[in-house]
Amino acid sequence: MDLATLLQVLDSTIRLATPLLLACLAGLFSERSGIYDIGLEGKMLAAAFGSAATAAVTGSVWLGLLAGIGSSMALAGLHGLSAITFRGNQLISGVAINFLAAGLTVVLAQDWFHQGGRTPSLSGGARFDAIALPLAETLRPVPVLGPVYAELISGHTLLVYVAVALVPASWWVLYRTRFGLRLRAVGENPEAVDTAGVSVPATRYAAVAICGALCGLAGAYLATSLQAGFSRDMTAGRGYIALAALIFAKWRPWQALGATVLFGLLQAMALRYQNIELAGIAFPGQVMDALPYILTVVILAGFVGRAVPPRAGGEPYVKERKI
Amino acid sequence: MNTIPKWADLVLIPLISLAIAALLSALVILGIGEDPVAAVKMMVSGALGSTYGWGYTLYYATNFIFTGLAVAVAFHAGLFNIGGEGQATLGGLGVALVCLALPWPHWALALPAAALGAALFGAAWAAIPAWLQARRGSHIVITTIMFNFIAASLLNYLLVNVLRPAGAMDPSSARFGEGTHLPTLHDLAAPLGIAFSKAAPANISFLLALAACLAVWLLIWRTRPGYEIRALGHSEPAALYAGIHPLRTVMWAMLISGALAGLMAVNTVMGEAERLVMNSVGGAGFIGIAVALMGRNHPLGVLLAAILFGFLYQGGAELALWTDIPRELIVVIQALVILFTGALDNMVRMPLERLFLALGKGRA
Repeated sequence: MDLATLLQVLDSTIRLATPLLLACLAGLFSERSGIYDIGLEGKMLAAAFGSAATAAVTGSVWLGLLAGIGSSMALAGLHGLSAITFRGNQLISGVAINFLAAGLTVVLAQDWFHQGGRTPSLSGGARFDAIALPLAETLRPVPVLGPVYAELISGHTLLVYVAVALVPASWWVLYRTRFGLRLRAVGENPEAVDTAGVSVPATRYAAVAICGALCGLAGAYLATSLQAGFSRDMTAGRGYIALAALIFAKWRPWQALGATVLFGLLQAMALRYQNIELAGIAFPGQVMDALPYILTVVILAGFVGRAVPPRAGGEPYVKERKI
Repeated sequence: MNTIPKWADLVLIPLISLAIAALLSALVILGIGEDPVAAVKMMVSGALGSTYGWGYTLYYATNFIFTGLAVAVAFHAGLFNIGGEGQATLGGLGVALVCLALPWPHWALALPAAALGAALFGAAWAAIPAWLQARRGSHIVITTIMFNFIAASLLNYLLVNVLRPAGAMDPSSARFGEGTHLPTLHDLAAPLGIAFSKAAPANISFLLALAACLAVWLLIWRTRPGYEIRALGHSEPAALYAGIHPLRTVMWAMLISGALAGLMAVNTVMGEAERLVMNSVGGAGFIGIAVALMGRNHPLGVLLAAILFGFLYQGGAELALWTDIPRELIVVIQALVILFTGALDNMVRMPLERLFLALGKGRA
């Protein structure tokens, strides 16, 4: 493989990893606070539709981004309502949200745009432009480093850089702020946090809201950066891969970056090569597709490392429960 | 803690939840500028107004009975099996392998063999997450989700590279032989003098589904493994003290659950398509969750809920055919049903509990 091909594959790795990373960080906040979220997929899809529809109507990608985050946060609120206030089953709520988004986006898209459940193609100010980093073209002739800088590091849309910046930011919020400490504690031992006079529901709602906002970014990226508009089921299982990456990363931000880049690379490889030959054995593309899921099962089974979820995950908190 | 009577728990709460879901669905229909009353009329006449409509309604219902029972059996053991999709996909592979393996002389021979293949493959696909949950503590929801995707990739590979007949373009298996053709409800009803539509795909699998309902009822409430499954679902420590082996019980529950999900393929693969195609499950594995929730995990409830969802499916298809309302509207309705009967159950239950408490005090 020559440098140019390698750069192309890595470039598409970054593009494909970005929505995974955003959704993975979203799940990280929610699950660290003890709220399981298998509705990442649905929230991304709602955000993709919300952002594309608004950008198509207004011509402004910024309004689209806001609408995308809003749609995703509305579903996050619904998840919070059922999981926190009404102490419902978080997994069932997540399944319902995935269905709600899958159905509602197509019904509304058909009603608003009459294009078979798609939004019109976005162009110009309705999409995020690629950003050329300073000196990208000047440095291009420099061997190896030049093309790497110009092709790989420069030339992505704003949301890609935001996603990368969110990794240290998430780490800082979770491990270096009072809020982060409480958020993690609520996911491990809500009774202790409650005793300390901190509201468990409020902390969990905050976490779920952050999750909604990040899923909103992920969805908006899909519809306004990676592609030009919304099409039905365009998230194509990314929410579930993000969930897999979250387990792979053992619910930690930097590892989330690593896991999503790895899964992004697998997707990029599967996209580029129908069959991959390694050490004389031909791997069909379907193996690459399935690899994130297989790896997750292996990790979950504890054969390689052990992924231990937050202790209070999935359990609604009932104040002063009599046992 | 039992503040509400059993009938309210089993009938009233699901009905109220259903009513809220229906109301919101009506608002969605209004929101896209259509008339909800006309829509419901069209759905009823399209799904129940003719034997053709009934044929489709019962065909879909057959799928949902199997996947609903699958979710329900796992639920009784305290397991949330959202792997019905993958288990039914593998069940389809089992059906196809059985049907293609031999030149079957008659469906009466092919049906039991294919059902066995479907059940075995479905159970095998559920066995791995079950074992991982029981032995390695991996969360069954996550592993079954992963197994859904792995099943899709596996089937994709097999259809493209292995099962596709030479020279064929689309990724599907060869057609099954004539001897595997299952009698449709038309064939079954004709000797009784009932003129049932010839075009509808409902077939003898519906009777198989009814038998499965009965079998699940007997299993859960009338056998020792069923008792152990329920005991484990109620309280794992208590089950442990009672000498119930959790690993064995989890395995039994998931094997039965996977087998039931797999059996769905008899209806779709053998009864309707008569060859294995991509995505023959079409989301029925997930609808099983809604069906089990609405049916309160009881086979009779599952049967009724499955027929309701069959009606929604067929009615929704008619709507999409004759109006501007897309087929996805039924996905929205389904989501609302799952939301209100499952996740927001307490929203309906809490005020009702308070109401019954107040009524009880008034009487005393």
